[in-house]
Amino acid sequence: MTQCSLISTQGITKTYQMGEFQVHALRGIDLCIQKGEFIAIMGASGSGKTTFMNLLGCLDRPSEGSYELDGIAVHNMNSNQLTQVRNEKIGYVFQSFYLLPRTTALENVELPLLYTRQMSNKDRLERALGALDTVGLSDRTKHFPNQLSGGQQQRVAIARAIVNDPVFLLADEPTGNLDSRTGIEVMAIFQELHQRGKTIILVTHELEISQYADRIITFRDGLVISDKPNPNPRNAKEDLVKMPMLDELQE
Amino acid sequence: MSLLGIIKIALKSLTRNKTRTFLTMLGIIIGVAAVIAMLAIGQGAKKIVEDQVNSMGTNVIMVSSNFMSQQSNVRQAQGGGNLINIDDVNAVNSEIDGVLYTSPVYNSWGQLKYENKNWRSGITGVGVDYFLIRGITAVEGDLFYNSDVENGTKVCVIGKTVADNLFGDIDPVDKIIRIRNIPFTVKGVMNSKGENVMGMDQDDIVLAPYSTVETRLLGGRWRFMTMMVSAESKDRIQVVQQDILNLLQSRHRGTTSEEFMVRTQTDVAETASSVSDTMTVLLASIAGISLLVGGIGIMNIMLVSVTERIKEIGIRMAVGAHKRDVLMQFIIEAVTISILGGILGILLGLGATSLVGKYMQWSVTVTSFSIFLSVGFSCAIGIFFGWYPARKAANLDLIDALRYE
Ligand SMILES: Nc1ncnc2c1ncn2[C@@H]1O[C@H](COP(=O)(O)OP(=O)(O)OP(=O)(O)O)[C@@H](O)[C@H]1O
Ligand SMILES: [Mg+2]
Repeated sequence: MTQCSLISTQGITKTYQMGEFQVHALRGIDLCIQKGEFIAIMGASGSGKTTFMNLLGCLDRPSEGSYELDGIAVHNMNSNQLTQVRNEKIGYVFQSFYLLPRTTALENVELPLLYTRQMSNKDRLERALGALDTVGLSDRTKHFPNQLSGGQQQRVAIARAIVNDPVFLLADEPTGNLDSRTGIEVMAIFQELHQRGKTIILVTHELEISQYADRIITFRDGLVISDKPNPNPRNAKEDLVKMPMLDELQE
Repeated sequence: MSLLGIIKIALKSLTRNKTRTFLTMLGIIIGVAAVIAMLAIGQGAKKIVEDQVNSMGTNVIMVSSNFMSQQSNVRQAQGGGNLINIDDVNAVNSEIDGVLYTSPVYNSWGQLKYENKNWRSGITGVGVDYFLIRGITAVEGDLFYNSDVENGTKVCVIGKTVADNLFGDIDPVDKIIRIRNIPFTVKGVMNSKGENVMGMDQDDIVLAPYSTVETRLLGGRWRFMTMMVSAESKDRIQVVQQDILNLLQSRHRGTTSEEFMVRTQTDVAETASSVSDTMTVLLASIAGISLLVGGIGIMNIMLVSVTERIKEIGIRMAVGAHKRDVLMQFIIEAVTISILGGILGILLGLGATSLVGKYMQWSVTVTSFSIFLSVGFSCAIGIFFGWYPARKAANLDLIDALRYE
């Protein structure tokens, strides 16, 4: 077996107890992920994608199995240690953005920095502005989430995920709440980040979206049923150029 | 995360919902204000009592027969062996060391009349030393003299209230008033003394020579004399008090110490101030209860706010907030509410206090003690009632919190 430079999971299961019933959300996942990969996870609804992402993101612990992240065994850490890992190594982008309401875009992006190490106000501001610049939102820093479009909110969420310069980025259906063009815009940002060396793992329902990744993993009923490289990923920026703008169509 | 950072976060989330923050604070504001005002009013009442006690004169001892005692009831039938008489007064004056002045006192009530005006007030028969004991001076006219006492002249001095009611704008000096229909010449008006410990107007009084009162006003009636004494100094007052009791007992054969009441100013003051202390404690406890209710209000709102912000808490934890960060944030929010409420409460309390002082003419005093007490208390309330909601927030399961709708 080859060396896994970023993530290695062995026989991961997750079982939820629902009263009398047991829900086997994951039934044994073995995965090896190298630094610098861009992975799309696909699969039918209820196949365990979100559950798996939550485990990778250290938001939750597996019922069984081992999970090594960056050479550290994470599966039996306590919640305090997991928080630390989450804060330092992982950026998470949620389907429904999860921005703090009545809090500006800038403050939302600053949030992870508040909980990390000591940092001067100036440094924090600089990094947050830098992250917003990366996602192309330098002109929306003072806006509240309810004053931003869905795509913009998701870009703020991405900025928040990368502001701590994490080892890898997780995104659970980041385009699920967006129209197709905005979705591709978001994918362009992910591809840009990937080019800069970030490892990215994202979940999607849409075949089209998965084509921007360079490895596609498919889940079914809590198991990996296919794991294939995508040798010729599409380029989101090029697609955007080709795509006619909506208002151009109307003209 | 640094404490300062958490404080910032807590303040930010408080300012995000200003109305609610203020309403939560209101309980504490009112509670603290009430405690401060109540303590101030209590202190003020105590000060008034002290002033009133001092208005009796300095180092005063009051002596009277005790008709409540068992023996005296028996003796009453035999002719009142414990009745104080003028010889007792003179004996106290001459035989006891440390006595400065003595005066007999007859207390009585009666109708006063000047031309067509009527007024009912206290009529007290005294010796001239009474003026010295009680620090009485004449603000108009003059006081009466020893010769008046010796001769039983029909003269009197009147208090301010009497002067106002009988004479109005007229100068009362040398006018003739009728006391129980007997004409007395008003020699002067006394300096004002305000209310006494029992709340009686000490200016609603007529003083006349005791001899005149005895023969002209109380003649033929049953009468009993009390005595007012002043000691030379505060240190001697207790010795003098005991000596008076001993002397009276030896002068009235067969009486017990219970048959005479020899009370000092401090005895009176202690009774009065213990009453006002009890009142203060009572008022402050009522105020304290409202503070407690304010604290429960904080807990209530904090609980609501935890439930309302479950998602927010989930997001914070997802991006790296530790349990203790969340715990601290909510405690700081609660403490901030209570401390800010405490400060506003102090201001409100000071305002209310000075208002009371102004309209009721009380010397209300806000002590630093009551300020420390209420600030400390409201701080403690913040921590105590903030703890439970904060724990609840910190112990939320991350995934559940994120999924919460
Ligand atoms: N907290 C939970 N308690 C009980 N069962 C759960 C819980 N979370 C997930 N499940 C179950 O685990 C299974 C996998 O859920 P998961 O959310 O991972 O699916 P998914 O692949 O992300 O689906 P979708 O594409 O619809 O988001 C489902 O059957 C779900 O009902
Ligand atoms: Mg899902």
